[in-house]
Amino acid sequence: MRWWLPDAGSTFAGPIDGLFLAILIITGIALVLVEAGLVTFVIRYRGRPGRKAFYTHGSTRAEVIWTAIPAVTMVALGLISNHYWVLIKDKKSVPPNAYHLGVHAKQFEWQVTYPGPDGKLGTSDDFTVRNQLHVIVNQPFAVELTAEDVIHSFFVPEWRLKQDAVPGMHITAWFQATKTGEFELGCAELCGMGHYKMRARVFVHTPDEYKAWVAQQAAGGTE
Amino acid sequence: MTSVAHARPHAQGEGDAHHAPMSFWRKYIFSTDHKIIGIQFLFVSLFFLLVGGLLAMQIRWQLGFPGKPLPGGGILPETMVSGGVILPEYYVQLVSMHGTFMVFFAIMPLLVGVYANFLIPLKIGTHDMAFPRINMASFWLALLAGLIMTASFFVPNGPIRSGWTNYAPLAARPDLSGVTVGQMLWCVSIVVLGLSSVLGSLNYITTVINHRAPGMTWFRMPLSVWALFITAILGVLALPVLQGAAIMLLFDNVLGTHFFDPVAGGQALLWQHLFWFFGHPEVYILILPAMGMVSDIIANGSRKPIFGYHSMVFAIIGIAFLGWIVWGHHMFMSGMNPTLGSTFMVSTLLIAVPSAIKVFNWLGTIWRGNIRFHVPMLNAIGFVSMFTIGGLSGIFMAATPVDIPLHDTQFIVAHIHYVLFGGSLFALFAAIPYWYPKMFGRMMHEGIGKVHFWLTFIFYNMTFFPMHIIGMGGQMRRIYDPTIYTFLKPQQPLNEFISYSAFALFAVQILFAFNFLWSLKFGRKAPQNPWDDNGMEWSLPNPAPHGNWERTPNVYRGPYEFSAPEAGDKDFLPQYVKLPTDRDPVPAPVPAGH
Amino acid sequence: MTHATQALDQMRPPYPAEPGAGVYSNKLGMWVFLASDVMFFTALIGSYIVLRFGVEGPWAKPAAVLNVPLTAVNTFLLICSSVAMVKAYAAIQDGKKYFLRPVPGKLLRDGGLKFWLLVTMFCGAAFVSVQVVEYIKLVGHGFTPAGFRDGSLLAEHAAADPIKYGASVAGMYGSTFFTMTGFHGFHVTCGVISMTYLYFTKVLPEKYSPQDYRGIEVIGLYWHFVDLVWIILFTIVYLI
Repeated sequence: MRWWLPDAGSTFAGPIDGLFLAILIITGIALVLVEAGLVTFVIRYRGRPGRKAFYTHGSTRAEVIWTAIPAVTMVALGLISNHYWVLIKDKKSVPPNAYHLGVHAKQFEWQVTYPGPDGKLGTSDDFTVRNQLHVIVNQPFAVELTAEDVIHSFFVPEWRLKQDAVPGMHITAWFQATKTGEFELGCAELCGMGHYKMRARVFVHTPDEYKAWVAQQAAGGTE
Repeated sequence: MTSVAHARPHAQGEGDAHHAPMSFWRKYIFSTDHKIIGIQFLFVSLFFLLVGGLLAMQIRWQLGFPGKPLPGGGILPETMVSGGVILPEYYVQLVSMHGTFMVFFAIMPLLVGVYANFLIPLKIGTHDMAFPRINMASFWLALLAGLIMTASFFVPNGPIRSGWTNYAPLAARPDLSGVTVGQMLWCVSIVVLGLSSVLGSLNYITTVINHRAPGMTWFRMPLSVWALFITAILGVLALPVLQGAAIMLLFDNVLGTHFFDPVAGGQALLWQHLFWFFGHPEVYILILPAMGMVSDIIANGSRKPIFGYHSMVFAIIGIAFLGWIVWGHHMFMSGMNPTLGSTFMVSTLLIAVPSAIKVFNWLGTIWRGNIRFHVPMLNAIGFVSMFTIGGLSGIFMAATPVDIPLHDTQFIVAHIHYVLFGGSLFALFAAIPYWYPKMFGRMMHEGIGKVHFWLTFIFYNMTFFPMHIIGMGGQMRRIYDPTIYTFLKPQQPLNEFISYSAFALFAVQILFAFNFLWSLKFGRKAPQNPWDDNGMEWSLPNPAPHGNWERTPNVYRGPYEFSAPEAGDKDFLPQYVKLPTDRDPVPAPVPAGH
Repeated sequence: MTHATQALDQMRPPYPAEPGAGVYSNKLGMWVFLASDVMFFTALIGSYIVLRFGVEGPWAKPAAVLNVPLTAVNTFLLICSSVAMVKAYAAIQDGKKYFLRPVPGKLLRDGGLKFWLLVTMFCGAAFVSVQVVEYIKLVGHGFTPAGFRDGSLLAEHAAADPIKYGASVAGMYGSTFFTMTGFHGFHVTCGVISMTYLYFTKVLPEKYSPQDYRGIEVIGLYWHFVDLVWIILFTIVYLI
């Protein structure tokens, strides 16, 4: 039984999980204060004969305090979040040394195009594999997302990576995996009745494993 | 002590020509009386709430026990259920129609169609809405829209399969969605419902602006009326945008237009922008009336004025205003420009502030009160505690990097349901018994109501809180079978737990349904002001008569003068009570003759 | 007290109320409705703008596909109907309910509400009729909401001169043209129908007076709105 976010598997996971935890703590404190306040007041001020409620229309001072604190907190949260948002999603943030793969989403499969031995996407030695994403650990990768028919969404939970693939648009999403192993890619945008099974296997290799796999694919293997 | 302004049932009076007794049809079916229209909305919407709940039960069956035959599934056709097992195409229809029915035909009409209609004229001291016949049209159009939407279950290929959000291009391509007539019916239904909403809203707006009784100044209106008024402004401006979008989607489906088809130059994202430009104000339409009514009930239950009445009004206005510029937070992953995402993040984080103010003000109202735990108060307190969770969970998604793992997962589903069920529906469980005496002349049973509250509260949290965890684990929305994914298998026990809790939650609602229906005939006859409340409506008999007051009442004070010193030995002082120290308000000049 | 303020007083609710908008409810209600209609047309026209400037290929020159001169005449007709509406409103404010009354010493007769409202309705109906005829001709020619129909005369012309005809984005051209102008035409039709209803139930039986002409003022507001939307549409669809 899993009770938390998936194990961290990319360089994004650190900041995102950290931000998640920070928000959890802040909202947790707020929640405890509100709920404890509610429970305390409900017990302490329950109606009893002979008591009267305290007649007041409010307190401007209290209002100012409990407006200012959330406002300042939200602004701070926004500034910190935006820093990482730009880092993850901005086109200019894609590292220049990123390996580029093509990912074409269609009902109901992922077609991943690899650059082949020449290392360049869009050349004749490119090859396409269905529902398998192979990448190298500790190496930036960028997927060029396209969609054939309807909107799909490229989602790898361990990488904290999600990006919609939209027909008519060409969207780049970059990441750097930090753990080797086998993971899963799911579709995170309802794309039809087969949406639930639009699953791909994700393999994070060491550089040698990856080279071997590419060579095998180029030679016509279908592992 | 003081003299209470006598309100005699309206027999003959100003501005009302209905002297002759009306036939059953004119009185109860084709009625222009805002109260009857509100009650009509109540019955129809509660029915659609039931439909939405039944759809949810099937969804939970499939999610909790994927591939197991649905009990009673044999009665469904083979297109939906095969060998008793829910089919994937039926599953996505279930999630789409559950959302559609709940948002458009249950919660929105319950909050607005019922309570804007029923409460506004009563609480501002007037005889009816500004345009009673347009009001009647608004109800019949809403009913028509509901019937059209229901019909989509019975046409070839059934109802839509693209979620209540109905994203294009999937929704625009019958060849890709498999849905044909059902999509057209969805679009037509939405256009009709939009018209119903616009007509209703223009009534509410005009009535509140022009028909307040003398002395009912803007800042003496109860928060329920403020909230309904602001909601109406949201509705009148947001629904037409959805109508436009639905028409474009309909045309893509039937006329061969290409609004959302990238191949021919259309834009897939255009649908999302249009839908959410409507959609975000819509969710504030779904919560503001709830907040307003909860404010009235909490002040009553605490026997204290609302803490910070003016701030509460400005918070409602602030939420409504900011609500127009946050729509992109539904589209952070959509591929729209990340810079645009940043601006939407800012506005979204900011909108948390007025909502927080409201929660603190409710706490401030209960603080040092003398609390009466009647059923409406229990549910109102439940609203505050659940809405707080729902609102706080929104902050996670507002922070765009954190939205990346959470978008389109069950975490969002948890958030939605905490604000819509934990929020709006609990507010309705408070409002319905509260104004039931005014509607029907009887009280709902208090004991059943209390048991219903506690059981609902417990099973509700057992159902929806774990969804946060499943969402964190990565379970996507609208997935027919989570166990297909290895990473989701460990969470399946929690899915089962949620499903069992959901079944229990649904079963418990029998208590509410029974209480509501039984009390119509057998409920205790209601005293005129059973809650010792201050609102104008309690100066009338229960049920309130046609035309409300024989002569327009005067208003002498604000709406929340509980435990005011002037009240003497009572702990409430209604707006309509004239104390010796009060002077009659000066109305705007009345025309001679008419 | 002038006619205008006297009339205004009569239009307030017949029972005491707090000062409201200072505008009687029927008019306030119409303004609110028009606000919603603005949002509706904003959705359609806004989408048109986003789509037109988002497409890759060139947009068709209006004159190539549409009959601009005919529509210009139609626009003039609609403006005339708005002018007639103003005259109808002025007429009832002065109590002139009659059709046409001879004026001593003048060649032209004086028109009352019954005359001018009829002119408004007639021009409005003519506008819609011309638009319907235009639609029929366009579709016959090959221009449909889906674009240029295969094998049609228009499709041939477009293939010969794809830039002038915006052939690559004809689908978008058709989609936006018919939706925007179609819904505008629908609004004009609803206006004409409402006016016809008012004409027979209130105008001919002379139910309006200088003391109460709310219906005329309210339908007039709607009519001017519809005219304004057309000016905008005509400009962005037929002229640029």
